[in-house]
Amino acid sequence: MLGLDKKDATILLVVIALALLAPFLLNPFPSNSGLAQFNAGYPDLMQRFVIFGIFAIGFNILFGLTGYLSFGHAAFLGVGSYSAVWMFKLLSMNVLPAILLSIVIAGLFSVLIGYVSLRRSGIYFSILTLAFAQMSFNLAYSVLTPITNGETGLQLTLDDPRVLGQTATASGNIPATNVFGLEMRSTYTMDVGAWSFDFNAGYYLCAIIMILAFYLSLRIFRSPFGLMLRAVKSNQQRLNYTGLNPKPYTLAAFIISGMYAGLAGGLLASMDPLAGAERMQWTASGEVVLMTILGGAGTLIGPVLGAGFIKYFENIFSKINDNVLHQWFSFLPEGMEDTLVFLLHPFVGKGWHLTLGILFMLVVTFLPGGLVEGGQRLSRLFRRRSRDTDTTPDPEHHPKESPHVAE
Amino acid sequence: MGILEVKGVNKRFGGLQALGDVNLSVAENTVHAIIGPNGAGKSTLLNCLVGKLIPDTGSVMFDGKSVLGRTPYEINQMGISRVFQTPEIFGDLTVFENMVIPAFAKRDGAFRMHAFESVANEKDICIRAEQMLVDLNMQDKMRMHSASLSRGDKRRLEMAMCLLQEPRLLLLDEPTAGMARADTNNTIDLLKEIKEKRDITICIIEHDMHVVFSLADRITVLAQGTPLVEDAPENIRGNPKVREAYLGEAA
Repeated sequence: MLGLDKKDATILLVVIALALLAPFLLNPFPSNSGLAQFNAGYPDLMQRFVIFGIFAIGFNILFGLTGYLSFGHAAFLGVGSYSAVWMFKLLSMNVLPAILLSIVIAGLFSVLIGYVSLRRSGIYFSILTLAFAQMSFNLAYSVLTPITNGETGLQLTLDDPRVLGQTATASGNIPATNVFGLEMRSTYTMDVGAWSFDFNAGYYLCAIIMILAFYLSLRIFRSPFGLMLRAVKSNQQRLNYTGLNPKPYTLAAFIISGMYAGLAGGLLASMDPLAGAERMQWTASGEVVLMTILGGAGTLIGPVLGAGFIKYFENIFSKINDNVLHQWFSFLPEGMEDTLVFLLHPFVGKGWHLTLGILFMLVVTFLPGGLVEGGQRLSRLFRRRSRDTDTTPDPEHHPKESPHVAE
Repeated sequence: MGILEVKGVNKRFGGLQALGDVNLSVAENTVHAIIGPNGAGKSTLLNCLVGKLIPDTGSVMFDGKSVLGRTPYEINQMGISRVFQTPEIFGDLTVFENMVIPAFAKRDGAFRMHAFESVANEKDICIRAEQMLVDLNMQDKMRMHSASLSRGDKRRLEMAMCLLQEPRLLLLDEPTAGMARADTNNTIDLLKEIKEKRDITICIIEHDMHVVFSLADRITVLAQGTPLVEDAPENIRGNPKVREAYLGEAA
């Protein structure tokens, strides 16, 4: 199917199902129950899941395949957002031209940064990208104020030209972002018994683009180009002496991942039309590194899982405060309740970073392949149990020795 | 006129004259061995041939074209493949993937942006890679991770990767260094087979005299950066100058 083998087609179908059914899957708890705060199925958060999924998928093409760790990818995210907002200001509120421009500008930007940074490898490459990203951040924050509107951030106003659209709606408001008239914020809420599910136009646009982006990365992973990128990571010396020039391969990977980041930035601005310099800060670059490693660098689905995991923590875990904790443990005797809340307090609410950090350490220490490796180990455990009754040995685990080894 | 012509090559590292006026001519379809005691400049010479080092003076011509100033991948594309002292393979990839990469390099050149085709659909490449593994008796290890191969098999794989490119000149840098006797003999057999079956020139740097005398058509003895003698193997054994510089020292 679509040039994929059976296994990859299955992965793609799983991703499609997860993306399209997310409004159901992320809202498992009835909306009036105490667990409703763990529901993540509201439009704003779902959009973030898939947008940062796109960001991480692109980052994984560079980091997962070539092993070049960029610490400056947020710069492309920010550039994408600024481009999109400018498109909303000047052209129209249709998101498609905005997203296209985001990809193109981020691509051009990554040619420049990539060309310079890729002259070095390893830690020096990381530092160069970090330096470029910080430069971009500072430019956006102060020097380029006419373009970026400095620390306030770039916003839409009522006197933007919007040559192909309208400057203001009939009611005197700033028009909303849309795809040929379908507004991104329009949401259909379906109530089923105690449950309530939101179907948001913006989310579905992002989800479809994420599926396309995932499909593209799947094809790249299985292509000769993808193989060369893995060869770059494995042994550049051998690659050189095999008649292949590693530089254009790594640069192409860098540009592709930069364009993915630009796409994510454009989508962020399309969902919420403003762009600020903080989107380019090094913490944002670090976040995508965490997402990719947490999910499993170099795996197909890992970055998406990692992005979802971190965004869930950021938005859901951070909302648990002392009151919520007191509610949970109200069945305990007074003293114990207070002690437990006191002990848990640093790990929730504003302390969600602490929990995430501990989880990250655990994953990196015990599952170097990320969440994906965890999944694989579980499935292997189950398969081994079912195989105990199976008498035929697995040929793959008993390779026949070639004669000259046996000599 | 040999396929590889080295003329008047000098290379100096600070105060050390690593190569002093080296002249070497390797005839096509022969096995030419370069021997010499430690520090004789064998590896420096080899690095000058593959673009890793640039000599201070002199010329290195391969098939009538200069290799100087070209990068390793350009030189490889000209038809020179190199096997390293410690096997350099793509350890993270499977044996089959290791074989596919040189096949692509041979067909598509130093860079091609083929990001949407699938490796599995490139039938001609896959068939060539498999055929070469069958030729070198490694087909049963095709799906193995190449890092988990034995040392001898890694060497065999590296050799297979180089041969797949059908190089006109194969450079071997101490292919049996650190190998057990059985593995060394296997490598000799493999190289003999390659020499008989293919139109290929082999230039081999080696310490092991057993390997050198069982393979070489011609031997150059290098001492202190300068070629001492160049002759057929049977004459090298008896040469007093060589005994003094090398064999005598070993005996």
